[in-house]
Amino acid sequence: MSEIPTAKSSIEKELNSIPTFNTLNESSVFISEKRFKDHINLRLDISDDGNVDALGNILGVEVPIEPNTVNINGEVSVLWLGPDEWLILTTECYPNSMLDRLSKGLIGKVASIVDMSGGQTVINLDGPNSMNLLAKGCTLDLHPRVFGDGKCAQTIIAKTGVIIRKIDNSPSYDLIVRRSYADYLVLWIKDAAREYGLSLAK
Amino acid sequence: MLMIDCPWCGNRDESEFMYGGEGNIVRPQDPESISDDSWSDYLFMRKNTKGLYMEQWLHSYGCRRWFLAERETVSYEILNTHKIGEINPESKS
Repeated sequence: MSEIPTAKSSIEKELNSIPTFNTLNESSVFISEKRFKDHINLRLDISDDGNVDALGNILGVEVPIEPNTVNINGEVSVLWLGPDEWLILTTECYPNSMLDRLSKGLIGKVASIVDMSGGQTVINLDGPNSMNLLAKGCTLDLHPRVFGDGKCAQTIIAKTGVIIRKIDNSPSYDLIVRRSYADYLVLWIKDAAREYGLSLAK
Repeated sequence: MLMIDCPWCGNRDESEFMYGGEGNIVRPQDPESISDDSWSDYLFMRKNTKGLYMEQWLHSYGCRRWFLAERETVSYEILNTHKIGEINPESKS
């Protein structure tokens, strides 16, 4: 009998070497991985109103038109990547997955729907110093007045192409990164966080 | 480090961009009917302007869109950026 393949995180080993603290260390940065989400890259021409309506019906939320912003509907997040390109992050719900619903719902439209789930992962950084940590390797202005809630940006952190997404003002950031670069990024984070302390969030 | 104003994403660091040579070149309407000289001129010949120059840039680590930038080649100052199609291409004579 063949074994059922199980999903594995590419950074599990690196993360497991980070200590967890029960008591909140004031300066510590908390790291965690949001594993095995559905990542779907979608390209569609939205100058056609029919396309916008069809997409809104499937996602339950309008796609963001303003550059570098995120629209959210429950578990579904839609990140702006370009004027005709979005990243949809969601949690899998078989058999009616987002990928199936998009493929069926956009039949007849000129669209590109690519499942990136196996190729990307999400690393979350949380805590008062998470912004200072990211600023060490990133040229973006991360100050809340510029990069506030609901913002996202594709940029470079420590030579790695990532999508940064602001979650809340604790501050908390999601870094969406290619899985093959994820262990490098975690190693860089571990080094950059030495002055604050790094804890594995549970 | 230079900050370049991507028409979609706003001011970003130069390291996120790639240079794409001279911009706003008109593709000949009917390539079959023009001379080899005109076609090779369209394909290969580029100006090497001292002064104001219209260029293509790609926001490769950002939104991955091509755009046009007016750059002063002496001072490296980028004066304006435009989305593709926002300004009429100048025909190359």
